[in-house]
Amino acid sequence: MREVLTAALLISGALLMLLAGLGLFRMPDMFLRLHAAAKASSLGVGLLMGAAAVGLGDVSVVARAVLAVAFVFVMTPVAALLIAQAAFRAGLPLWERTHQNDLEEHHPRGGPYEPRLGPDGED
Amino acid sequence: MSGWLEVITQGVLGALSIAMMFSLHRLIRGPSLTDRVVALDLFSLQTAAVIAVYALWVGQPELVDVALVLAVIGSMGTLVIARYLYSAKRRRS
Repeated sequence: MREVLTAALLISGALLMLLAGLGLFRMPDMFLRLHAAAKASSLGVGLLMGAAAVGLGDVSVVARAVLAVAFVFVMTPVAALLIAQAAFRAGLPLWERTHQNDLEEHHPRGGPYEPRLGPDGED
Repeated sequence: MSGWLEVITQGVLGALSIAMMFSLHRLIRGPSLTDRVVALDLFSLQTAAVIAVYALWVGQPELVDVALVLAVIGSMGTLVIARYLYSAKRRRS
């Protein structure tokens, strides 16, 4: 029973990690690549850590796996948000078939990000 | 560990190495610096996953510590580089 659960976690986690790598390899745009890499990989690492915890079946391993999954689930979205913000401000070109850009007026196609400064000099 | 589970574990390690090849390609050929940073983040997560699966394969619970530390440190580096890019852009404008 435990081995079947371990095998299911292993296979689903490996498929998700492969999907994340394939998305990073094939997507046309940095933001789409980030979207593929950040979400699928965090869930894949969580499933594989869960597989290690279930398969080894030790209390200390379970505690460490839970800690690692909690850290990954907290840190990966924050890192993805910050790197996307930095890339957008640096004026990275969007994919030409991106059809919704809510900051279009600040970010003309391919051009750098030009913030409208408020009265205190902050955008 | 029974035989079929060991075969599945080896297959998972093979799939993870293919995924690491993909992210290594993006790390080398990425057109921008942020692409490389994202690829490095994903590469460290994949290394942590490989170490966790290897710990399961050889039955060494101590190796999970290494995977834990690697999973924490990798995202930390991405965060620091993102803050650096953000502030470097602001100072120039």
